[in-house]
Amino acid sequence: MSIPGAWYLALGAVLFSIGGLGLLVRRNVLVMFMCIELMLNAANLTFVTFARMLNDIGGQALVFFVLVVAAAEVVVGLGIVVAIFRRRRGTTADDLHLMKG
Amino acid sequence: MHVMSLLATATLVDRITFGIGATIVILGAIGVVISRNPVHAALMLVMTLFGVAVLFVEEGANFLAAVQVIVYAGAIVVLFLFVIMFLGIDRQENLAEEPLPLQRPLAIVLMVFGFAGLLVLAIGSKWSTGAPSVAGPAQNQQGGDVAAIGRSVFTTYLFPFEITAALLVIAVVGAVVLARRPRHPSVGDDSGVDADGSIVSVVSGDDDGGIDSTGSMAAAVAETVVAAQSRADADGGTETGADTGTDSGEGAS
Repeated sequence: MSIPGAWYLALGAVLFSIGGLGLLVRRNVLVMFMCIELMLNAANLTFVTFARMLNDIGGQALVFFVLVVAAAEVVVGLGIVVAIFRRRRGTTADDLHLMKG
Repeated sequence: MHVMSLLATATLVDRITFGIGATIVILGAIGVVISRNPVHAALMLVMTLFGVAVLFVEEGANFLAAVQVIVYAGAIVVLFLFVIMFLGIDRQENLAEEPLPLQRPLAIVLMVFGFAGLLVLAIGSKWSTGAPSVAGPAQNQQGGDVAAIGRSVFTTYLFPFEITAALLVIAVVGAVVLARRPRHPSVGDDSGVDADGSIVSVVSGDDDGGIDSTGSMAAAVAETVVAAQSRADADGGTETGADTGTDSGEGAS
């Protein structure tokens, strides 16, 4: 008998909340990206836990797809950061206020 | 409590492994949020990802643990570090200064409520519906979890898998287009930037139908995205005039 799944789910909730808090609080775009990775990992942990609890391999297959989406998101996101940095000399989210009236 | 009694039935090794993994995960996540240096945050992210990989092994997802280490710690974090050092933004950030008052208290309150909601959903609910799974069972499969995931991905989830391939191609094309050098090197430096950091004028000299004097970075980014889309769609067949002009201008510079 292994650890009950509720503990993993609680840990996933903690990880997701910490990631969301960092995403809301931090102003460096790169650190915000890292916090999004934390939230994706919390979702992955929850998927794997449900795959074990419900005895369904679909949860693990879905983690596989989440990994791919995370990789693609990071590649495009960092490309945008590089493109913005070329023009703005900074990666602080508050400085990007061109659309403010 | 029910959960506590279930925990008592777990073996000592399982409990120790979960404790270490959970500690690593939470300490790393807190480190990502409170690190002043982006490089330290990236290294803390590696720590968290390794902790999650440990928990994956504990849950019997051996293949995903390996992929987690290889793809996340080996590729994504390296990409983060590469961008941090490529842009030279690995300097300390003053976390004490906060331009938006109430942002932090509101964020903390919001995430506490969100955490409570997640906890109630995760622990207080019954998730098992009793319906048969379409993807097959996870435990005691022939060939272990690697074979089980392989069978699932290449039979039940074949179409999403193909979509994944298209997604990766689009991401690669988008990254290449976004990371290209701008056509006019003068745009990249601070010549068109006024004191408070906003771009006041972007002067474009050629007649390629792109940004002429829009004066906005958003338009330039939008143009880049449009160029990326037209490239992805055209696939070398019909190149627009903007793209041709871009390529010739880039080759000349």
